[in-house]
Amino acid sequence: MTNRVLNHPILKIKKKNLVTIKFDGKPYSAREGEPIASALMSHGILIHRRTHKTGENRGVFCGIGQCNDCVMIVDGIPNVRTCVTAVKDGMSIETQNGYGTWI
Amino acid sequence: MVTVPGSENDIDVLIIGAGPAGLGAAIESAGSGASVLVMDENSLPGGQLFKQIHKFFGSEDHFAGVRGFEIGKILLEQARKAGTMIKLDSKVLGLMDDGSVPYMVDEKVKIIRPRKIIIAVGGKENTIPFPGWTLPGIMTAGAAQTMTNIHRTLPGKKILMVGSGNVGLIVSYHLIQAGAVVVGIIDIANEISGYRVHADKIQRAGVPVYLNRKILSATGSGRVDTVNISGDLEFKVDSVLLAVGLSPLTDLARLFGCRICYSKALGGFMPLHDENLLTTNKNVYVCGDVAGIEEANTALDEGRLAGISAVMNLGYLDPAEGTRRKQEVIKRLRELRRGMYGEKRELAKKRVVSEYKKMFLNNEA
Repeated sequence: MTNRVLNHPILKIKKKNLVTIKFDGKPYSAREGEPIASALMSHGILIHRRTHKTGENRGVFCGIGQCNDCVMIVDGIPNVRTCVTAVKDGMSIETQNGYGTWI
Repeated sequence: MVTVPGSENDIDVLIIGAGPAGLGAAIESAGSGASVLVMDENSLPGGQLFKQIHKFFGSEDHFAGVRGFEIGKILLEQARKAGTMIKLDSKVLGLMDDGSVPYMVDEKVKIIRPRKIIIAVGGKENTIPFPGWTLPGIMTAGAAQTMTNIHRTLPGKKILMVGSGNVGLIVSYHLIQAGAVVVGIIDIANEISGYRVHADKIQRAGVPVYLNRKILSATGSGRVDTVNISGDLEFKVDSVLLAVGLSPLTDLARLFGCRICYSKALGGFMPLHDENLLTTNKNVYVCGDVAGIEEANTALDEGRLAGISAVMNLGYLDPAEGTRRKQEVIKRLRELRRGMYGEKRELAKKRVVSEYKKMFLNNEA
């Protein structure tokens, strides 16, 4: 399943170089330079983290780096805002539980 | 850190925000010979313009018939030609007592010393809380628009839009163009609040608009799959988008010591300003959505007005020429604030300006 927009009446769909990211250990493709959040969204992944007290799921909300709901553990660093952080080839992204841990 | 006067840190005008307002301010101020730096915390300039894939309307002066992202390209080109420097991925942190501005870039704090500052940081989306509103798949309409039109990824395939203002209507249409199904647009109001042109377009596309309804709850295991609406409506969806208005981003204006006022018609709390868009801090101007939520065209012209005012004050424009150019822009702004949608904003703006004047009269008395 892909949520990628492949045809569009107005926007040109430029071919972008693909990179590979790891989400919870599994490899996924991403378009070079896009935010982590849209790469995950393109694969239908919406759950980014679980809250500290009740373990509720959270994902992208504002999309502009303001609300901090989409934070994940990226290359071992917790609380990285995935909607404003670009993917890099080989990047490791993990679902964050609570406040997250440094890996 | 000590800044040496005359160093590269000294500039005439610092513009914060590279959207239509900031670029308008840059075109006018740099075009008059001032040294101008536009700073933006995002990695791409243009603000929200590059998300706007529909054609704008209005007069020819206002890019009627040109798509938003194309307007973005034109403005960027004009600003660069006028000699504007643009610094991206740079976040302004505050204002020091000596007038210098610390900002963060590459996780380092640097300092710039502008003579005038123009805040053009725009607005932020409002949200409404309801049971289940934190479920993944529920997000602001702007977030979905960024994902779809910039990053070419849909948040879902079956979407419910909450709010029938221009953002709700336009984003719904953009989602359909990108291949999603919008199952409906709901609004608590008894009529569609966005422009007729956008409403007609969305209704021609077959999207039902449910008025006098509110969202009661969203449920789903892990992510949203069902939404309950007043009047016994239920939708099966994979995404719910909130388009419930915008408010000015006042954080920086507050940090800069600008007096804040309230205007319901302009989106809530906003920096008090005079007819030249000068705030209560005599070196700080505001323009665009931060000075009251309007639209891209008004933001652009407000930016121009703030830019002209700032460089006039610095002596780059002789008063007669500056006043003539200001009058041109003010005339265009008045055009934009006419009619059934614009009049309320024109009146609200006038109230803000008169409150500003009253404040200084009181202080002098």
